[in-house]
Amino acid sequence: MSTFLGLPGLRRRVPDDGATAASAAEPWGAVPHPDEPLRWGESFPAAAKHTLKNEQLRKNLGHATRTIRGKRAAVVDEVPDWEALRDTGSAVKEQVMAQLPDLLAQLEENVTARGGVVHWARDAAEANRIVTEIAQAKGADEVVKVKSMATQEIGLNEHLADEGIAAIETDLAELIVQLADDMPSHILVPAIHRNRAEIRDIFLARMGDAPPDLSDVPRELAMAARAHLRRKFLSAKVAVSGANFGVADTGTLAVVESEGNGRMCLTLPETLVTVMGIEKLIPTYTDLEVFLQLLPRSSTGERMNPYTSLWTGVTPGDGPQEFHLVLLDNGRTDVLADEVGRSALHCIRCSACLNVCPVYERVGGHAYGSVYPGPIGAILTPQLTAASGGVSGADDVNASLPYASTLCGACYDVCPVKIDIPSILVDLRAREVDADRGKHKVDPWRAAMKAASWVMSDGGRFGLAGRAATLGHGLGGRDGVISKAPPPASAWTRDRDLPAPPDETFRQWMAEHEHGEQDGGER
Amino acid sequence: MRIALAATCIADTLFPGAPRATVRLLERLGHDVVFPRGQACCGQMHVNTGYLDEAVPVIRNHVETFAPAADGEWDAVVVPSGSCTGSIRHQQAMVCRRAGLDDLASTAEAVSAKTYELSELLVDVLGLRDVGAWFPHRVTYHPTCHSLRMLRVGDKPLQLLRAVTDIDLVELPEAESCCGFGGTFALKNADTSAAMLADKTANVRSTEAQVVTAGDYSCLMHIGGGLSRQRAGVGTMHLAEILASTREEPTPLPRTRTPEVAR
Amino acid sequence: MSAREDVLNRVRAALGGSGVGTTAAGKIGTTPGVVEVPRAYRAAGEHEPGSPEVLTQLVDRLEDYQAHVQVVSEDELPDAVAEVLGGAGSVVVPSGLEEAWLAPLPGDVVVHRDTHAGPDSPLGATDLDAIGAVLTAARVACSETGTIVLDGGPDQGRRAISLVPDVHLCVVRADQVVETIPEAVRILAAHPERPQTWISGPSATSDIELDRVEGVHGPRTLHVLLVT
Ligand code: SF4
Repeated sequence: MSTFLGLPGLRRRVPDDGATAASAAEPWGAVPHPDEPLRWGESFPAAAKHTLKNEQLRKNLGHATRTIRGKRAAVVDEVPDWEALRDTGSAVKEQVMAQLPDLLAQLEENVTARGGVVHWARDAAEANRIVTEIAQAKGADEVVKVKSMATQEIGLNEHLADEGIAAIETDLAELIVQLADDMPSHILVPAIHRNRAEIRDIFLARMGDAPPDLSDVPRELAMAARAHLRRKFLSAKVAVSGANFGVADTGTLAVVESEGNGRMCLTLPETLVTVMGIEKLIPTYTDLEVFLQLLPRSSTGERMNPYTSLWTGVTPGDGPQEFHLVLLDNGRTDVLADEVGRSALHCIRCSACLNVCPVYERVGGHAYGSVYPGPIGAILTPQLTAASGGVSGADDVNASLPYASTLCGACYDVCPVKIDIPSILVDLRAREVDADRGKHKVDPWRAAMKAASWVMSDGGRFGLAGRAATLGHGLGGRDGVISKAPPPASAWTRDRDLPAPPDETFRQWMAEHEHGEQDGGER
Repeated sequence: MRIALAATCIADTLFPGAPRATVRLLERLGHDVVFPRGQACCGQMHVNTGYLDEAVPVIRNHVETFAPAADGEWDAVVVPSGSCTGSIRHQQAMVCRRAGLDDLASTAEAVSAKTYELSELLVDVLGLRDVGAWFPHRVTYHPTCHSLRMLRVGDKPLQLLRAVTDIDLVELPEAESCCGFGGTFALKNADTSAAMLADKTANVRSTEAQVVTAGDYSCLMHIGGGLSRQRAGVGTMHLAEILASTREEPTPLPRTRTPEVAR
Repeated sequence: MSAREDVLNRVRAALGGSGVGTTAAGKIGTTPGVVEVPRAYRAAGEHEPGSPEVLTQLVDRLEDYQAHVQVVSEDELPDAVAEVLGGAGSVVVPSGLEEAWLAPLPGDVVVHRDTHAGPDSPLGATDLDAIGAVLTAARVACSETGTIVLDGGPDQGRRAISLVPDVHLCVVRADQVVETIPEAVRILAAHPERPQTWISGPSATSDIELDRVEGVHGPRTLHVLLVT
C-alpha cells in the first residue's frame, strides 16, 4: 500500500459531502487517485507481487468472477446463433475502423441536425477543458455522472474538482470507489475488489447521510445509496455520461445500464454532456440489433440489462434541452495505426475477458496500473499511451503489460467481438522487443534468446546441447529433482522443483531404438 | 502409415518418456515412426516471448526438416504437445511473413496441414478410441490451454483415456483453468504464476489421483514441479505414456517426492 | 488547425492516408481492405409476433426479472389497472393514454395527465417524485430477452414520467410482442430519432459481490399487463 503513497500528484477525489472530517482525512483506498489514469504505480510484476498478498482481495475476486462466469455461460449457451452474432459484431467493428473518417462526419452531421453540439478533443486535457467550460457556462458547481470509462480515462472528476466542480458518481460501484478514494479495478464492476463488509464501512465513514445502523446486507446498502443519490438526481443541472454506441446514420447514442442512475442522468438535468471515444461508432441503427444482444449477455450475464437509453440530439419537451457530444481521440488513432493492434478498438467494454482471465482473477485490477485492467487493458493501455512511451518505451511500466498473460486464450473465446487478444499480446511483445533492439544496454533476455536461437535452429547443435545436459543428471540426487537453482531459474525453483536432466536424451534413445530395429533386435 | 515424429525440444532433453511412449504406441498400432534428426524446436518460446527475429532460424529449421511431409514422403507429422502443435499451426507462417519470407511461410503452412497433436492423430486421422492400453491407476486429466483453445481437441484425450482398461479416471475440478505456466511467464511473472499453480495443484490433490496427465510436458513440468515441491506424492505422466502402457509392457508409475517421514 | 481537422487527419493517417501528417505518436498506418459483413444470425424468431409461444416466453422472462405480470383481455384491462393502482395515491399518465383505462380507478387516486409542452411542462422532477405510480403503454416488446421498449409516443409520454415514480405499470398489447431483438429493432427503426427506453425488469444492481438487488433508482416495482 505504502508503495503507491510516494507517487507525486495524488489527489483526493471525494466531493465534500458532509462526512466527518476525521474519517475523510484518511484515504481509504489502496490506490489514491494518480495523475495519469492510464499509467500509475509500478510495473505489472511488481504491482502484482503486492496485490497477490491481499488474501481478502483474492477471495472477493475469486467469488465474484466465478459467479459472473457462470451467469454468462448460461445465457450465452441459450442463444442458438451466438457465433453468427460474434462474426457480425467483429466484422461490423472492422468496417467501422476502415470507414472511420466518413462515419465520424456522418455522426456529427446527424447529431447537429437534431440540435446537439459536437466537440472534438485531441487528448484528455482538451476533453476536460470542454466539459468544464460547459459546466461553468451553466453555472453548475456539481454534475451527476453515469459510469463511463472514457471519463475515467481522462481523469475528468479530478479536473472538475480542481475547477471547483464536484462530480458525483451515481453508479453504485463507482460511488463506492469514489467514496473510498480508491481506483476502479474492473470496467463493469469497479468495486469488485470490495466485499459487503468493506462497503458498509466505507458508507458509514464517508457517506454523510448513511443510516448509522446500516447492515452489510446488499439490499440495505443499495437502498442507502438510493436515498443518498436521489436528491442529487432531482436537483442536478448538468449530467456527464459516456456512450456504449454512437450510431452514425441517425446520430443516436446509447447507454446500457442496470440501476436507473443512467436514466436519471440522461433524462432529468437540463444539460447533458456525453464523452465518447471515436471508436464507439456503429454504422447503422439496425446494427444495434447485433450489439444489444452481444453486450448484456457478455457483461452482466443477463439476457438483457434492466435499462437501455437511446437518444438522438435534443427532443423538445423530453429530457435535456441542451446536448453536447465530445468525440475523444486520446491515443486511439495511435492504436488505429497498428495493423495488428487496431482491433483492440473493437472492444465494447463488456468485461467478459476480465472475468475469465486467470491472471486477473488472482492479481485484481489495480496491478495493471490503468483504468483498463485485465486482458483488454494489457493490449489497450500500452497502445493508447504509445505517444508517451507505452509499448515501445523501454522503461515505461506499461511495456510490462503485454507479458501479463499466459496466452491461455480464455479471453479470445469469450470476446463478443472476437478480438484475438493472445495474438495481439504476442505482437506487442515483439514490438517491445524490437523497440529495445536499437538501445545499447545489456539485456540478459535478449542474450539468452539469441543463444537459444543458435542452438535450437540446428539438429546437430541441439543434440549436442541435450547430451551435455545429461551430464547434469546427477544434480537431481535421490529424488531426481533440482530444488534450488541460480538466477534466472531461481524464479522457478522458489515455488517449484525442476526435474534433473535424464541420463539419456530422447534422440540418443531413438538412435539405439532405430539401430535395434535394423538388427532385428529389441522392439 | 509413415509418421514423422516431432519430439519437441523440451521432451527431447528433459522428458524423453513422452516421445518414447509415442514411438512405442504408434509402432504397436502398426505404423512406421521416423525421427528426422535435423529437428530441434518449433520456435514457440521465442515467438511467445516476443523475439520474432530470433525465432525465424528456429522455425526455418523445423519447416525444412519436416518439409518431406508436405511432399508426401511421410503421411503425417505427430507432435506430443498441444502448444507446439498450436505454434506450428497458428504462428510459424505469421512469423515468416512478418520477416518477409513468403516462400518459407507457404512451406510452413503445407507442413502444418499435415501436422497433428497426438490425440488428433489417434482420433481424427486413425479413427481410434481404444488403443488397447492397460493402466490400473487413479488418474486425473488436465486439458492444457493450447490444446483446448488453440487446437480445439475437445474431449478427444478423454475419449482415449476412458477406453483404457482398468484406469480409474477422476474429474479434475476447474480443469479448464490455466496452470500458470505460460512459457517465460513463469519467470517474468513468477508470483502470479505461482498463485495460479497453487490453485491448480490444490485441485489436483483434491482428486486423490496418483497421476495427473496432460498432452503437453511443458504444463506437466509446471504442475509436476509444484506437486513435487509440496511432496504431494502425485506424479505426472504424458497422455502417450498412459496410452503406451499394456499388460505386457506396463509403464511404471513415475517416481514422486512424498512427505518426509518424521524422525 | 481545429481539433476536428486534427483528429480526422490523424484518423486518416492511421488508415494509411498520405499528405495528412501522422498520429500523435508519429505513425502512419496501413490501409485496411474492404470488409464483408456476414449476417448469418436470426433476423426473426420461430414464432409469429403475438403468438401464444411468444407471449408465454415474455411472461416467463419478465417474471424471471421479478416483474409482476398479468395476462388480461381487452375488457378486463381497466379493472386490472384499477386493481394495481388502487393504493398508489397518485398516478401520472401520458397525454395520449386511453381514457377508458382509467375509468374504474377509485376516486381517491389523483390522476395527473402529463401534457408535455415545452420547458414549462407542469411536472418537474420533484413533483414527479411525489407521485406514487406511472401508467404507460409501450411501443414493442421482445420475448426472448423480456424487454419492453417505450419510444415516447403519445401513450407512453416523456421519459421522466416513467422514471421517477416508484411504481411503473406498463400495458403491452399482444400484437406488440415479437420474439427476437432484430424484429424489435426493425420496428423501432421507423422512428430512430425518438428517445427510447428499453426496460427489462425493475432496476437492479449486482455491484455488491455480484449479488442481484432489485430496485435501485428506477421504479422499484414493475407491473406489466399483457392484453390478449
Ligand atoms: S476485449 Fe472483448 S471481451 Fe474484453 S471487454 Fe472488450 S469486448 Fe469484452
